[in-house]
Amino acid sequence: MEKFKNITAVAAPLPEVNVDTDKIIPKQYLKTIERTGLGKGLFSELRYNDDGTENEDFVLNKSQYRNAKILVAGDNFGCGSSREHAPWALLDYGIKVVISTSFADIFYNNCFKNGMLPIVLDETEVSLLMEETERGSNATLTVDLESQEITTSDGNKINFKIDKFLKHCLLNGLDDIALTLEKNSEIRSYEDKIKSQRPWV
Amino acid sequence: MSKSRTIYDKIWDDHLVNTNDDGTSLIYIDRHLVHEVTSPQAFEGLRMTKRKVRCPEKTLAVVDHNVPTTDRKNGIEDEESRIQVEALEKNCKEFGVEYFNELDIRQGIVHVVGPEQGFTLPGTTIMCGDSHTSTHGAFGALAMGIGTSEVEHILATQTLIQRKAKNFRVNVGGTAPDGVTAKDIILSIIGEIGAGGGTGSVIEYTGKAISDLSMEGRMTVCNMSIEGGARAGLIGPDEKTFSYIKDRPRSPKGDDFDRAVDYWNALNSDKDAYFDRDVYLDAAALPPVVTWGTSPEDVVSINGEVPDPEGIDDEIRKETKKSALEYMDLKPGTKIKDIELDVIFIGSCTNGRIEDLREVAKVVEGHHVNENLNAMIVPGSGLVKEQAINEGLDKIFMAAGFEWREPGCSMCLAMNPDKLLPGQRCASTSNRNFEGRQGFRGRTHLVSPAMAAAAAIAGRFVDVRDFVK
Repeated sequence: MEKFKNITAVAAPLPEVNVDTDKIIPKQYLKTIERTGLGKGLFSELRYNDDGTENEDFVLNKSQYRNAKILVAGDNFGCGSSREHAPWALLDYGIKVVISTSFADIFYNNCFKNGMLPIVLDETEVSLLMEETERGSNATLTVDLESQEITTSDGNKINFKIDKFLKHCLLNGLDDIALTLEKNSEIRSYEDKIKSQRPWV
Repeated sequence: MSKSRTIYDKIWDDHLVNTNDDGTSLIYIDRHLVHEVTSPQAFEGLRMTKRKVRCPEKTLAVVDHNVPTTDRKNGIEDEESRIQVEALEKNCKEFGVEYFNELDIRQGIVHVVGPEQGFTLPGTTIMCGDSHTSTHGAFGALAMGIGTSEVEHILATQTLIQRKAKNFRVNVGGTAPDGVTAKDIILSIIGEIGAGGGTGSVIEYTGKAISDLSMEGRMTVCNMSIEGGARAGLIGPDEKTFSYIKDRPRSPKGDDFDRAVDYWNALNSDKDAYFDRDVYLDAAALPPVVTWGTSPEDVVSINGEVPDPEGIDDEIRKETKKSALEYMDLKPGTKIKDIELDVIFIGSCTNGRIEDLREVAKVVEGHHVNENLNAMIVPGSGLVKEQAINEGLDKIFMAAGFEWREPGCSMCLAMNPDKLLPGQRCASTSNRNFEGRQGFRGRTHLVSPAMAAAAAIAGRFVDVRDFVK
């Protein structure tokens, strides 16, 4: 996994609650056996018109947000399906950070497996950033994971919380399978214990 | 441990491999279900790192999302679907995992197959790269949906790194009136707590209305826990659970079964166990319900009307619900019973089991599907289909004008050829009414099998209780 680096980028607003993973990446893109190339399918049912041309009204198609790397969204972002294709699509498109008042658990977890940072803030802070994004390409946000701080273009600072372990993995780009395999002897002794205690499993 | 514990606490404690200083824990995974959509990249990851599947015998794979529900003896026509299915078959062979292909009678939706095979057992941890894994919680198992990276993590290590979730109790008391089913109960719960209400929690469903349910009904309830945002949903095991499990192909036999029952009985939450949150619903007061919007939380009584979002204070929520109405082509104040339908879909991991099909047969016997719509029944597995045929249900369905299909996920998520056309309106027994879920610009209303059956006959929503009279 790639290390998460601090970013300064345009943030795009998605003022909607319950943005589900079907919306982030519709089912027809799930037939791939690869992790890459999913950016073209990101929000595809909103991004494109029926004839395949771009829908000018969709936020990511507006010129001021074309280079957005941050999304500011409504409550319960990423609900629904467990498809990791959702963070894969966001990342492949270029989105590295999503900010919301809450995330669905599976999506939240999936982000960290891919070097992406979901940030939970309270309602006031999210509305403030949502307003900030209305300024389009004039308003960039800086996200610093090490100091857990978001800075607006006017220099306002917002702190965010993050689980220590997840932060550590993101900053160092750690492969958690390798970390777990270091505990192989503990896994083996658990397995031995279960064989006698619950042989039917 | 002397402290009072919930069933979730007990399963968690019994699966701890170790706990780190940072509060994360390594938990052991007893059962891993695999399907073709969320696994190819995980197997590829194993190949790239030269890792093996640690416990092939604790892993079971089945193809379900992509398979056509028409005759499939000639293979899968759609090239991408075919490649994905072939990839699963090849991966299972290479890594030694048992696999049910699309011609195997045991094939079906992964969450129907697990319980059917006795693979799903109380007190186990069950994971699958699929959010509806919560279904298996009906047996008193800790069952969670995961992403592909975690699928790979389990394949390689048979464990997961987790933090403990909160305990959330949803107590459903009273007796559900006739015509009010498990589906109406869980939709009503989601309507109450919201689509994000269970985030960070494991829900335990308790109360008379829950214990009254059959195992199939309990699976319907637990299945949709994820639609309320919960990490998992579960129900304490009882005699119904044990008799469902007994004599299944992979369930414990003889002395092992008796020992297991003792262990399973002891799993139930202690009387004074602590829950972080409690919600109570009176089943006796519940009506059959229908969803009107594009989130499973948009629930309304069959005798109600489409709500007006103008009354919502939160600006973002109000705009979301207004755009849902626009997508659904509905106006506030429209009576639910005035909504006409184009398609009826009966099936899915929520409602594709034998009991669901029996309920449908009860409603449609002697009637005919309305001439303005198409109605389709997709059994949850080959064994469900066989059982339905043995009971003569297939004849009732076909005489009533339903299409009677082969098992799979089908139009629940429309990855196979079963799709809504743009603008079509569907009464569906599945679990998600998201935009485009059942087909690009398709419109989904979630209902129980009985309500879908009654709607198929009437061509619009009706109260199944009036219909049966």
